[in-house]
Amino acid sequence: MSQTITIDPVSRIEGHAKITIELDEQKQVRDAHFHITQFRGFEKFCEGRPFTEMPSLMARICGICPVSHLVASAKACDAIMAVRIPETAAKLRRIMNLAQHIQSHALSFFHLSSPDLLLGMDSDPATRNIFGVMQAHPHLALDGIKLRKFGQQIIEWLGGKRIHPAWIVPGGVNEPLTEERRDQILAEIPGAMQIILRTLEWFKEASVKYTDEIRHFANFNTMFFGLVDEGGGLEMYDGVIRIVDAQGNVVADRLDPANYQDFIGEAVEPYSYLKSPYYKNVGYPEGIYRVGPLARLNIASHIGTPLAHKEWEEFRGPNKRVILSSFHYHLARLIEILYGIEMIEKLLNEPDILSDRVRAVAGPNSLEGIGVSEAPRGTLMHHYRIDKHGLITWANLIIATGHNNLAMNKGVLQVAKAYLKGTQPTEGMLNRVEAVIRCYDPCLSCSTHAVGHMPLVLQVRSHDGEILGETARK
Amino acid sequence: MSVKTLVIDGKDVSGNDNQTVMEVARENGIRIPALCHLDGLTPVGACRMCVIEVKGLNKLLPACVTRIEEGMEVSTNSDRLQRYRRTILELLFSERNHICSVCVSNGHCDLQGLAARHGVTHVSVPYRYPSCPVDATHSRFILDHNRCILCTRCVRVCDEVEGAHTWDVMGRGIEARVITDLNQQWGTSGSCTSCSKCVHVCPTGALSEKGKSVAEMAKHREFLPYLKQMREDHR
Repeated sequence: MSQTITIDPVSRIEGHAKITIELDEQKQVRDAHFHITQFRGFEKFCEGRPFTEMPSLMARICGICPVSHLVASAKACDAIMAVRIPETAAKLRRIMNLAQHIQSHALSFFHLSSPDLLLGMDSDPATRNIFGVMQAHPHLALDGIKLRKFGQQIIEWLGGKRIHPAWIVPGGVNEPLTEERRDQILAEIPGAMQIILRTLEWFKEASVKYTDEIRHFANFNTMFFGLVDEGGGLEMYDGVIRIVDAQGNVVADRLDPANYQDFIGEAVEPYSYLKSPYYKNVGYPEGIYRVGPLARLNIASHIGTPLAHKEWEEFRGPNKRVILSSFHYHLARLIEILYGIEMIEKLLNEPDILSDRVRAVAGPNSLEGIGVSEAPRGTLMHHYRIDKHGLITWANLIIATGHNNLAMNKGVLQVAKAYLKGTQPTEGMLNRVEAVIRCYDPCLSCSTHAVGHMPLVLQVRSHDGEILGETARK
Repeated sequence: MSVKTLVIDGKDVSGNDNQTVMEVARENGIRIPALCHLDGLTPVGACRMCVIEVKGLNKLLPACVTRIEEGMEVSTNSDRLQRYRRTILELLFSERNHICSVCVSNGHCDLQGLAARHGVTHVSVPYRYPSCPVDATHSRFILDHNRCILCTRCVRVCDEVEGAHTWDVMGRGIEARVITDLNQQWGTSGSCTSCSKCVHVCPTGALSEKGKSVAEMAKHREFLPYLKQMREDHR
């Protein structure tokens, strides 16, 4: 008799999810699904609101990366206003966006994933958390907290508060940077730099232990998708879309993000509130691609800052191969933190960074606007339409976690096949299924734009849908 | 004109007989909260935030429209009054969709400020969540009924100071709405002079300037007593 194993709720991710694993009659894993069980309706309730409210309204989607939504939303509003924002404003937005990447990556790596990496996938779940890390490796836990603070502090210094700052506005930012603030941020850079360099060194050595996980953690062929700058380098704020395949061939390059509907389709599956975007030219579901730190490092031809570029060269190896195992999202995150710190320093030292020309003023000049930027978890797209008076009539959001939906499902299936022995899942297996999800650092509350409670349930189901067994993480 | 003496919150004070309790209290540094009241506009006693207790009277009186009397003993801040004021604020919040965090007036709002000062941490009555439209047809301003508390400051400033009387109130009770001209889109109003006085006297984010993002709509009302004084001097 076939069975289904359900993991519900999934823990240590941002949001709420459930995993089901279906067994066939020979008790072998037949299929696995990652269900996003929440629905929020942001795209609906913004209808009728003035477009100028959108950045702050959309930032409420998430308390972890409000800045990413602010950036993409403000860019969509810039497009509605049909303005080119002042250079300094773009640089200041870039700095805040990078600070957001740093704090979010630090949260993902240290707070959420390091317990698995430091204490072991099979260790006691009661202590396999950030508090367990604090006890066993206090210096590392402290580094994580300090690094996250570094990012959050920059956001607060620029925008007035750490969560949901209203500083990024349509047309630019609403306050120039003061000399005092710039110097404050610059003074914090050496400390953050030391932390990331020693973390990189430690993690590169430590990951040798995880050859098995590296082999089975969503280690498969997909395309990779994201923004690159004009020269093909790593890009977080602006730029053009590049897609590469698992062999490193460029499938598409210099795609205008504003034309995303030409090359991205959004499939809807009955088992999840999260849509499944795919690359249209290849079709569904073969048009699977991954976004986020790993994808960005896979599509980039170089990184524009020296230390991060060196790490990137080492990461990709001498043949510049494409890195396929999602386990390497972790290392990619650390390299991006390094890039973020270097880039913030570079931008802060530019001569026009203190300019007071930071906002373009205009009314609604275009009835449609699309804003695309790189959020910590991958490419983020905001698309709005307005009426002639500037009120929103329609909105569509594609969130990074959405892009990764197909890959997460495939990753869960791969881990289940490798680690599920028999019909009763062990705690270690349960945790590995969650850990593969955690590699993508999914933000489920963002991606379904949802409210509610989180964690993971694992269910065993017969082929006719009867629940035979259930394990839940409290 | 004669001088009258009275006691407010235990303090002996005096004023001219044409003054209100609100005016005399303010002159003496006693703060009585108010929402619909604004210096420079005719008081209407609509919001009831300024209710006071007067010794010997069972009912509460609005300080903004109550003239002082000889020998009055007024209490402005009893526990009962505090409780009533909190309830008034809760009712105002529940009546429309006041979403402070994404409002243009966040941080500059009289309603929000009073709620903070009165310790309104929760709203104990159910929200009504009415479906209210936004009128963005004016080239410079936006009317958002979701944030309107029907204080009628806009109606009064337009009538009494600008002299246009573009604004008025339509409907009754919970269905009441501020309207421009004969309930037409603001952008098509023939009487509106686009002077922006209504926007600046509005205590909340109901009236705002177009293009303002969240928390950017600071209101400037210094002009009002000054304009009023100038008008009186000219007469």
